[in-house]
Amino acid sequence: MEPIENIACGCEARTRSAREGGLPLWAGLILAPLAAGLWWLVYTHLKPAADYITFRLLPLAPGSHLGEAIAFFLYDTPKVIMLLVLVVFGVGVIRSYFSPERTRALLVGKSLLAGNVLAALLGVVTPFCSCSAVPLFIGFVTAGVPLGVTFSFLIAAPMVNEIALGLLYGLVGWKVAALYAATGLSIAVAAGWTIGRLRMEGHIEDWVSQMNAAGGEAVDEKMTWPERIRYGWAAVVEILGRVWKYILIGIALGALIHGFVPEAFMARIMGSGTWWSVPLAVVLGVPMYSNAAGIIPVVEALLGKGAALGSTLAFMMSVIALSLPEMVILRKVLKPRLIATFIVVVAVGILVVGYLFNAVWG
Amino acid sequence: MEIKILGPGCKKCDQAAERVAAVVAETGADAQIEKVTDMMTIAGFGVMSTPAVVVDGEVKCVGKIPEREEIAAWLGGGH
Repeated sequence: MEPIENIACGCEARTRSAREGGLPLWAGLILAPLAAGLWWLVYTHLKPAADYITFRLLPLAPGSHLGEAIAFFLYDTPKVIMLLVLVVFGVGVIRSYFSPERTRALLVGKSLLAGNVLAALLGVVTPFCSCSAVPLFIGFVTAGVPLGVTFSFLIAAPMVNEIALGLLYGLVGWKVAALYAATGLSIAVAAGWTIGRLRMEGHIEDWVSQMNAAGGEAVDEKMTWPERIRYGWAAVVEILGRVWKYILIGIALGALIHGFVPEAFMARIMGSGTWWSVPLAVVLGVPMYSNAAGIIPVVEALLGKGAALGSTLAFMMSVIALSLPEMVILRKVLKPRLIATFIVVVAVGILVVGYLFNAVWG
Repeated sequence: MEIKILGPGCKKCDQAAERVAAVVAETGADAQIEKVTDMMTIAGFGVMSTPAVVVDGEVKCVGKIPEREEIAAWLGGGH
């Protein structure tokens, strides 16, 4: 069996090809708008195409359980994948400007609050892989990045990522995507700030502070624009190659919920009227280790069946941000009290977000 | 020469190790390859993203699978 710490490991590798000569600039200038136009043309015709296949080519009636499920699947799958290509490419190009080393240099010696805000924002754009969370943690802390600021980075980096935002935007709409980003960043800032204020530096494992790991300035390459484009494209190939199966499973589950679960069924379990639905959503989310790709199509379907927005956001954040494998990894550098504090602080943040949105959206 | 592949054992790290081994075999370079999965040792090199490659104690690349050309250059350049 795989050791548990490898489960959380979805390394985003920088595969940068030095071989390819690349296209000349003029070809790029012609091809880019052409590709964008083609993308738009296909994207805007997905819904009619899915309906045509389901209700004309297949002998299924609109409104039937199976028909609705299949139309949902045929529409959502290409839509989500096309949106992800766009978002992952864009974020990939942005990420080519950042590296953990550069981010660390920006965060060293920053004060609380300002440092927490900056760290959370950098968490979104810095290439990060949860399997290197430990070396990154050590690299940050030993170089003089305050503990609370480091935590803001470590919370924001996996939670507010391009896959989550792209999927939420495509499946649930830009408002929920924006809410998720804003509340996710707020939790990262608030939790990191709290941990910083608690002065828990003594609860880092002793071997970490004895270590001098600050010398990692080794590789920091300058890239040209064609290289950045290629970097973005490599991210698309790498990430979609890794998550497509979770997306398909997630959308298939979502399609079944969409077609077969009765309307307003979820309102009883995850509705805003039940006070315990938010804590339940958080508790259920912790042992579930899934990435954003698998969970968000399910989330969309739950929302469609009357689940409250706050409870659903809480569930999603808990699944993505509070995962058991990540706790096991971090245990190597954090003493139990700091791990417990981290879990409690983040969980409280998620609860606040859940209740807030249930109250406002009702 | 001594080559260390740093990484906790994820897929990318294995791919990096395989590629380095392949280039070493092709060029017939005299090199020992060692996989380092221990977090303490990895952090000790000042590496913050894996996979990383260390040649004779010097960190050559971090956070990516190196290109074959890069590996060949390290093998040829050292000795």
